[in-house]
Amino acid sequence: MIRVVLPAHLRTLAGVEGEVKLPVEGPVTQRAVLDALEARYPMLRGTIRDHLTHRRRPFVRFFACKQDLSHEPPDAPLPDAVATAAEPFLIVGAMAGG
Amino acid sequence: MSGVRLLVGTRKGAFILASDGKRERWDISGPHFAGWELYHLKGSPADPNRLYASQSSGWFGQQIQRSNDGGKTWEPVGNKFAYLGVPGTHQWYDGTPHPWEFKRVWHLEPSLTDPDTVYAGVEDAALFRSTDGGQTWLELPELRGVKGHLWQPGAGGLGLHTIVLDPSHPDRIFIAISAAGVFRSDDAGQTWRPMNRGLKSPNELPDPDAEVGHCVHRIAMHSARPSVLFMQKHWDVMRSDDAGESWREVSGNLPTDFGFPIGVHAHQPDTIYVVPIKSDSEHYPPDGKLRVYRSRTGGNEWEALTHGLPQRDCYVNVLRDAMAVDSLDSCGLYFGTTGGQVYGSADAGDRWAPIVRDLPAVLSVEVQTLP
Repeated sequence: MIRVVLPAHLRTLAGVEGEVKLPVEGPVTQRAVLDALEARYPMLRGTIRDHLTHRRRPFVRFFACKQDLSHEPPDAPLPDAVATAAEPFLIVGAMAGG
Repeated sequence: MSGVRLLVGTRKGAFILASDGKRERWDISGPHFAGWELYHLKGSPADPNRLYASQSSGWFGQQIQRSNDGGKTWEPVGNKFAYLGVPGTHQWYDGTPHPWEFKRVWHLEPSLTDPDTVYAGVEDAALFRSTDGGQTWLELPELRGVKGHLWQPGAGGLGLHTIVLDPSHPDRIFIAISAAGVFRSDDAGQTWRPMNRGLKSPNELPDPDAEVGHCVHRIAMHSARPSVLFMQKHWDVMRSDDAGESWREVSGNLPTDFGFPIGVHAHQPDTIYVVPIKSDSEHYPPDGKLRVYRSRTGGNEWEALTHGLPQRDCYVNVLRDAMAVDSLDSCGLYFGTTGGQVYGSADAGDRWAPIVRDLPAVLSVEVQTLP
């Protein structure tokens, strides 16, 4: 199981409270986690990454283990602590505004 | 007893304001979709409990929400708006080619007869249609073939903001784009023609009479006389008596002919309403006086409606989708402001009162007249 923390607006949209726990088969990567997340919650398609290109939306960030993983390749392995569910994978609405 | 339901979209959520036919006391629910921008909500004329809402966010993009119970509960439906084929380019602000990129849905227009069919006008300008209640969306791409490479965004973006369905010609659709103009299809969106003859934009276009490129802000039709259209253009209030084939100016004695919304009385096809705004760089009423102007002659002769509206120190704007007309016997009129007020009149504009004063900036107001 992978633990995913969604931003508040996406928790509301998906109708979930707290962390989401997802089974991910194979290597645990950004792409694998997001594929599993969107399969479980189809209404999140297009909100985190583009429908067609699958590129991360500009004001969305990915954090885990106190690192900003937003610019990592989507198929790069996530930290072991995420893969073992010791730490959550955080999907964050970027700071915007003044 | 009959009643009305206002669907109000704001910068930070949606609100539903409901009243009986007297329109004196209002129940207010919301915010729905708190924190999101609600560019537009609209109910199906064929089933008033079926509502559609355009919900968007700079962070998380576009959502379409659907209600089957008049807005008590909502469910997200399809949000994939993919241009068909290779989308090509339109003009950018500096005149260079710019690829078409989907940004948001500005306007939702449900079919007059089928609750599951709904049109979406989007930025960058294109028209989409769903026939399954919003689950999937398909572009009507021929529209962008009508000199789309010459379309250029207005200051607010290249938005397709107006969709008018003709009740007497089921396959006829009018749409309007800032800043491209009015286009009409007579075959349910398969082919389109620009309908901008008579529009003049001497300060905005090198050719003031260009076939496309005019900054049309809103068009309105009375269902009993669909060949007559009224338009609030960037500057100028216009009228067409031949279904958009030609336009003539009817600004008449307005204090300024800049503005955004335009509406038609429910029972008097020649009674129309605008909200004059000072200028394109000063988006507030002239002299700090919030005045709706009414013409009972289809334009040219206008009277100011001020009773109950602020007549000093008022510097709000009224956006293009933020005025609506109900169809009760005594026609009601409603508008929302960028200052968060929603005003209503139950007597065709003679007297006004605020329904609510302190919402987030209002982007759109629609009204449903309920049995």
